[in-house]
Amino acid sequence: MWQRIIALAIKEFQALLRDPKSRFVIAGSPLIQLLVFSFAATFDLSNIPIAIYNQDGGQAAQALVARFEGSGHFKNVANIRRESDIARVIDAQKALMVLTIGPRFEADLRTNQPATVQLIIDGRNSNTAAIALSYANTLIADFNTHWQTSHQLRAPPSVIKTRAWFNPNLESRWFIVPGIVAILMLVVVMVVTALSVAREREQGTFDQLLVTPLRPVEILIGKAIPGFAIGLLEGSIIIFLAVNAFAVPFEGHLLTLYIGMGLFLLSAIGIGLMISALATTLQQAVLGVFLFLVPAIILSGFATPIANMPPFVQDLTLINPMRYFMIILRGIFLEGSSFQSLQNQFWPLALIGLVTLATARWLFRHRMN
Amino acid sequence: MNHPSARRGGSLMRIGGLIHKEFLQILRDPSSIAIAFLLPVILLLIFGYGVSLNAKHIPLAFVADAPDIESAALYASYNHSAYFSPQIAPNLPTAERWLVNRQVDAIVHLPSDFTAKLNTASQPAPLQLIINGVDANQARLTQAYIQAGWQSWLAARAQAAGFENSWAAAQPVELAARIWFNPELRSRNYLVPGLIAVIMTLIGALLTALVMAREWERGTLEALMVTSVHINELLIGKLVPYFVLGMGGMTLSVAMAVWLFGVPFLGSLWLLVLTSALFLLTALGMGLFISIVARNQFVASLIAIITTFLPAFMLSGFIFDIGSMPGWLQNLTYLVSARYFIVILHTLFLVGDVPAVLWPNTLAMLAIAVFFIAASRRKIRKSLE
Repeated sequence: MWQRIIALAIKEFQALLRDPKSRFVIAGSPLIQLLVFSFAATFDLSNIPIAIYNQDGGQAAQALVARFEGSGHFKNVANIRRESDIARVIDAQKALMVLTIGPRFEADLRTNQPATVQLIIDGRNSNTAAIALSYANTLIADFNTHWQTSHQLRAPPSVIKTRAWFNPNLESRWFIVPGIVAILMLVVVMVVTALSVAREREQGTFDQLLVTPLRPVEILIGKAIPGFAIGLLEGSIIIFLAVNAFAVPFEGHLLTLYIGMGLFLLSAIGIGLMISALATTLQQAVLGVFLFLVPAIILSGFATPIANMPPFVQDLTLINPMRYFMIILRGIFLEGSSFQSLQNQFWPLALIGLVTLATARWLFRHRMN
Repeated sequence: MNHPSARRGGSLMRIGGLIHKEFLQILRDPSSIAIAFLLPVILLLIFGYGVSLNAKHIPLAFVADAPDIESAALYASYNHSAYFSPQIAPNLPTAERWLVNRQVDAIVHLPSDFTAKLNTASQPAPLQLIINGVDANQARLTQAYIQAGWQSWLAARAQAAGFENSWAAAQPVELAARIWFNPELRSRNYLVPGLIAVIMTLIGALLTALVMAREWERGTLEALMVTSVHINELLIGKLVPYFVLGMGGMTLSVAMAVWLFGVPFLGSLWLLVLTSALFLLTALGMGLFISIVARNQFVASLIAIITTFLPAFMLSGFIFDIGSMPGWLQNLTYLVSARYFIVILHTLFLVGDVPAVLWPNTLAMLAIAVFFIAASRRKIRKSLE
């Protein structure tokens, strides 16, 4: 039996890697994608274009503007002279925000009146707007503290001292790169498994497979082996690069990581083979891949937290293997999570794997008879 | 073929025939129709309802080493906020255990001398904030919300104490922020239009990525080329049916955005139709190009899966700000046509007709569409020779 399965697995590898274009897609593209997406995917903003409408022009106003320019987050793209220019630069997206310093700014400051500065922000991208606003708030707070200490004013009666655990500088790349690892592994497993049967159907070789002595479960295992091997190998390479090239910390244990990877691969392969068994043409298989892939990534907590989703969507994410794998990867990378603390992620993955593989086997038998 | 009109064989008639044939094939395997209509509905429903960057009820542990009136007032200000659901922890180690077990996202800790320092002018009372920083973006937003709650507590306290000017003294400069186009920062208003661009990238490429490869594989393309059909006619015959399907999917998506998700639409409809048509051409053209380069359906499927969704998701400015990416990567994003369409959609939906934004982005899409279709034409002719 195993001889037959191994022969089939070797044939699968050959079919996948024979064509140079498909060899490149399977072997080369995950590395390119890791490089590109790891640099692209960050919520930390830099070079936010800001326009300044400084009606005061005094020393204090200059100092405030200098704080914005020197922070590294903002780039002064225009000095505005007229009120009407505000709408012009914002509408045309020349600047994401306009800082207006009124003519009485310095006079108010020196007489201990509240000196108000106005900030107009382009809310088209609400997330960018919220992050940029939080930077501006921090800058103003720093300016205030500096002003109070240098002018012997009464300091605020309380201060906040913040510490962030697991990611002290709040670098969003540390959060995003483990997520990219999960996404790239999912994609490669899906292309290897979900298209495999449909390809044979299109080329007419599936019928030939049926007249061989291979039983459905043997075909299933033979088609699962390349997905597992390629997924495991590429996952290892990607994780190696994430830690060594992108300096994401790795606090946990390799063994825990590989248990998680193994369980995740089984569940992803199960889903891929289910799609494969259901599709009669390649186009249907591709449709199936996207109908699974896109929701699986979006509802995984990769970029938007699951906790922000409405309750029924949160319940829906319980059947998404990516949800558990994201927690496992981030836990192992950043928090040094142990096997015990991740148990509640491992057993749902194992369960999803069992159910989908059993369903795929049933579908195979059903299709063949 | 003996019908007199067929013998005359005008170009339009041949194109009509090709389109008819393509529609018949679409009807035979309805997965194309599913791609055009089912995919946007499912994805928009999941995204529109499911995805939000607006945090609510953030679980928060509140620890006061010496509970008193001051700490109760601060707790109340967090308890009343929709952003938090605070839980009182008996001591700091318990709260830290909650943080490690992900039961809470942050800890607000008031040391035992908090109230004493609050009432002496010389030393500020430290509020200790511990945040789980794994999700750095959410951690930053949580930090901002906690700071806002703390500030309103300070303001209320100063007012109650009757200090006329104490607040002004505490805050020399106040920031009055106004957010245009989306004052409540509803993330749905920006996610849904962006998602339309991502979905249309998928639809456009998926519809055409396999069509030419299928003809290669079955040998029908060569059979077609020995007839009097010209390459241009062939391309038009391939594009028109899928263009019609894609525009149908686009209409459905926009209708859902406006009527189901309540995203405001302030621009002109004709500009939306024009730019959507152009964007769809870039996506269809890309699919066609993939199909011709790949020459077999399996490779075409692989390339389509890899080059459509993730680049449109990550490199288009849909979620991640392009301006914050390194320079070489920003240059790479110029090749992603979704980046132009997302800016156009955000502007048409939330701002209105802004020529300074619309025209450059429209021209960029036009260039990409022309590139893909011209490249497909060249490639197909070379392959056949």
